[in-house]
Amino acid sequence: MNEALLILGMAAVTFGARYLPMAVLRRFTLPKPVLRALSFVPPVVLMAIVAPVMLSPVGNHLDFSLGNAYLWAGLLSFVIAWRWKNLLLTIVVGMGIFLMWRWAV
Amino acid sequence: MSLSPTVHTPRAEFWAGVRATIPLSVGAAPFGLIFGALAVNSGLSLAGAVGFSTIVFAGSAQFIAAGLVASGVSVGFIILTTLIVNLRHALYGATLARYTAHLPQRWLLPLAFWLTDETFVVVVSRYAADDDSTHKHWYFLGSALFMYINWQLCTWIGIVVGQSIPNPGAWGLDFALVVTFIGMLVPFVKNRSTLVAVLVAGLVAVLCNGLPNKLGLIVASLAGISAGLLANRLWPESIPQRTPQNPSTLSSQADTPQ
Repeated sequence: MNEALLILGMAAVTFGARYLPMAVLRRFTLPKPVLRALSFVPPVVLMAIVAPVMLSPVGNHLDFSLGNAYLWAGLLSFVIAWRWKNLLLTIVVGMGIFLMWRWAV
Repeated sequence: MSLSPTVHTPRAEFWAGVRATIPLSVGAAPFGLIFGALAVNSGLSLAGAVGFSTIVFAGSAQFIAAGLVASGVSVGFIILTTLIVNLRHALYGATLARYTAHLPQRWLLPLAFWLTDETFVVVVSRYAADDDSTHKHWYFLGSALFMYINWQLCTWIGIVVGQSIPNPGAWGLDFALVVTFIGMLVPFVKNRSTLVAVLVAGLVAVLCNGLPNKLGLIVASLAGISAGLLANRLWPESIPQRTPQNPSTLSSQADTPQ
């Protein structure tokens, strides 16, 4: 394993993904429909990251059991986020529920 | 109170960006700790683990890559996976482009390097605020720098502590990322089409979880966006705002009351 090559390669593709759209789109204004599509990006991407971790924290099989703290603490975190609309509260209480769930169930 | 600073000096914008990012760093901290611990247990050298955080700087991709290093796959495969996992940043960049178009390269290059999920969500709502501050890139800088420094510190602690921990992955500290992202995404769901978009994205992400290179993330994102646009056609009354979020929402919760 060539670590230097790995890190440089990862850095290059990551920076490219972050920089190129910002650099290229400086010269154009995106059409309205594209801007509308982009307006869905933040919640959609975050959900696409979170959902598989909640339902399949280990491997690729779905885990709906009570023992899956990721699923149940995650669902309760959605309720807390929606009800109280407070980010720090959601993170701290959600994490607390998760740790207690793992300890208790 | 609003997240937008009352005065729009570069300094005020910078510190408002830092303050708005503090709650998100609380969620990122355990994730950084566990990355550091996992990295040294995965077979990466000390310098390699530090290099991941300082040079690549991409939380979830670092996490996945450390796992792949441990399972002994090729360098090319890990880089390809990193690209796919981080392609979402291209969508972030495209979203921010119209706000950052006026910035010179000496701003654009570092801000792009520091663009993370957390900073994107914080900054996009600052740019959407309808005040005429011309220093919002300072807000971006404050958020980005704070995330970066926090991530370096937590990685370091994780590396140091992790060497004496046998199985750091079993702690479940990675749930910190899940709960942070949940807290970040919920304020965006303000109408029916966004709700449809989010639910479809979640469903497709779960169904495509087995795809190689974490390709499911891209498939699910595109499916969610398409579903949102379709729902928007069906229920035109719920047109998403041109700016994705009411600027004061995330702000007011992210900001500490004064």
